[in-house]
Amino acid sequence: MYGYYLTIVLAPLAAAIIAGLAGRRIGRAGSHWVTIIGVGLSFVLSSLVLKNMFWGGAEAENIHVYTWAVTDGLRMEVGFLVDRLTALMMLVVTFVSLVVHIYTIGYMREDPGYQRFFSYIALFTFSMLMLVMSNNFLQLFFGWEAVGLVSYLLIGFWFKKETAIFANLKAFLVNRVGDFGFILGIAGIVTITGSLDYAEVFASAESIAAQNIEVFPGTPWNAMTVICILLFIGAMGKSAQAPLHVWLPDSMEGPTPISALIHAATMVTAGIYMVARMSPLFELSTAALGFVIIIGAVTAFFMGLLGIVQNDIKRVVAYSTLSQLGYMTVALGASAYSAAIFHLMTHAFFKALLFLAAGSVIIALHHEQDIRKMGGIRKYMPITYWTALIGSLALIGFPGSSGFFSKDLLIEAVKESHWHQGPTVGDQITYWIAYLSVLLGVFVTALYSFRMFFLVFHGKERMDAETKSHLHETSAVVTVPLILLAIPAALIGWFTVGPVLFENYFGDAIFVSENQDVIGHMAAAWHGSMALLMHTVRTPVFWLAASGVFSAWFLYLKRPDIPQAIQSKMSGIYTLLDRKYYFDDLWIKGFAAGGRSFGQFLYQRGDQMIIDGILVDGTAKTVGRLAGVMRQIQTGYLYTYAFAMIIGLTALLGWLVWLR
Amino acid sequence: MLFVLSIAGIILNRRNLILLLMCVELMLLAVNFNFIAFSRHLGDETGQIFVFFILTVAAAEAAIGLAILVVLFRNRRSIAVQELNTLKG
Repeated sequence: MYGYYLTIVLAPLAAAIIAGLAGRRIGRAGSHWVTIIGVGLSFVLSSLVLKNMFWGGAEAENIHVYTWAVTDGLRMEVGFLVDRLTALMMLVVTFVSLVVHIYTIGYMREDPGYQRFFSYIALFTFSMLMLVMSNNFLQLFFGWEAVGLVSYLLIGFWFKKETAIFANLKAFLVNRVGDFGFILGIAGIVTITGSLDYAEVFASAESIAAQNIEVFPGTPWNAMTVICILLFIGAMGKSAQAPLHVWLPDSMEGPTPISALIHAATMVTAGIYMVARMSPLFELSTAALGFVIIIGAVTAFFMGLLGIVQNDIKRVVAYSTLSQLGYMTVALGASAYSAAIFHLMTHAFFKALLFLAAGSVIIALHHEQDIRKMGGIRKYMPITYWTALIGSLALIGFPGSSGFFSKDLLIEAVKESHWHQGPTVGDQITYWIAYLSVLLGVFVTALYSFRMFFLVFHGKERMDAETKSHLHETSAVVTVPLILLAIPAALIGWFTVGPVLFENYFGDAIFVSENQDVIGHMAAAWHGSMALLMHTVRTPVFWLAASGVFSAWFLYLKRPDIPQAIQSKMSGIYTLLDRKYYFDDLWIKGFAAGGRSFGQFLYQRGDQMIIDGILVDGTAKTVGRLAGVMRQIQTGYLYTYAFAMIIGLTALLGWLVWLR
Repeated sequence: MLFVLSIAGIILNRRNLILLLMCVELMLLAVNFNFIAFSRHLGDETGQIFVFFILTVAAAEAAIGLAILVVLFRNRRSIAVQELNTLKG
């Protein structure tokens, strides 16, 4: 299998290098073929790996590939840890990536940066695979930063667009904040265990949890809590959890395939994956799990609300991504790691599908993204319509779709979690915040998804006549990926939910401590997908989703005047939502502007005034001025020198004679 | 007394470089007088032998000094001390 793993990682890298460096020579068709073949190869091999794991019963493998450096006993290595968690992630990443590659042929057809784009997305696939297949923290960090870099490059892909440049800088800087926490967490692990290797660190997890760190002198904190929270701050940056979520909606400035690949399906899930991978650590710190679940709950609910007021088709989907990532984070905090990963998988399919469908609409409307200028597209674009419908239904958790299984069980897991059974008041508060957020989030999700869906595909045709005359279904390279994604988005829940969640698919890959094992607890009551489907009508989740869809239908199709009225009645709340809770202002006007003015102050006062003005120039000036005075003594006349010599001589003699 | 007179000559003289040289000679003579007087006073002949050395050196020095003076005059057409201030900072 060693050769497989190397090929899976290196094929996209090779393709990226060829398309990137020799893109002009091999031409546009050449570069999309080479990258599609590279990623396709990875996809096929990943499927084989997963098949071997799942049906072939292959064991998890921990392979050392290359020792990069050994310093002071710390080994920095490249290696692969391929267990069932990794195999699942590899399949999701390569599949979505492959589909996006094909789709890009259609979406970027007229773009001058065609080869560059393919090179970037193949490079992204490489980075993401490095991240998920890593067996040590350093390689994880490498993949982490590499996906961040590619994301930066791709958000600013249209580098002549002012807003895109702003957005990619913003994404990069916000991710830096998270990465800073992440690297501190890794540093904490290295300090305590002296190792970067997963296996060694997990083996000594108990001893980390037994130690205390004094971050501030005099206040000992549990080492595990500190490390886990720091690692999670990294995940907050990458997975866009509040308050580090601000970069994700702006990243919609990039081309749509990227939004689908990076900002919905794969990169943003890196944080979720990382926490699941670190489950042996997180399980030992209840405080860190509490932090995780609260952040997730806040993100899941409040970011969903923002989706309701957005008018840009991609931003609506972006906010729904934030909200769904919040769901996954809540599941992590509830120790239901497998539920989080399961939701991650289904979400990757249906969110990529939704983004690509949105992209299809955008192409058809000649890069118009405002949903107020759409409407009634249903009859012009039937394939896009049906696939988008499947995507939206999966997103809201319509019974039977993939999102239904993952989301329903996720909410169930939160309900049954150890927080609910917790004895203290704090546990109860945490439980209620998390549970209410995910439950009400269902209604909000349904409302914004179908608001967008109805506004785009139904109702009056609000685009101008010129656009309308050109309106037709997009070409096969766009619609085929949509269909390819619609199939798993609709069906994958049926046959994966049992194995992945309840039949201990992950095995040792995910560790859950005995008393927090909510999924294991739920497995006892599991009677198969069909039973869940039958049961669903009796749960609040179903009714909340249904009422969300109904409200969307009523408000935006039946009585479009009501939203206007609500908007003017509750302008305070509307403004709050429209301004995204002022988080942007907090970061841009608060921290960024604060940082800049602090920098300006240091630059003008500290550097220009003190260092340059007083220390450097000041010294030179003092010497100059002193010399100016001194040179008056140098008259150039011989007798003055002679006089000075004699005065000196006399003084010396006088000193020798009288004072000694 | 002679020594101080020669110092005053060196410092006060602004016109003529020759005077300066003469003052230097004068200073050496003053030193010689000192040597002789102290030699006599202390009853030690070494001082008187030194005077011979100094006289010789003084003669050589005067010759060199005058030679430099001649060259200087050729170059600058003047031997006024107050014009020799190219050392001024």
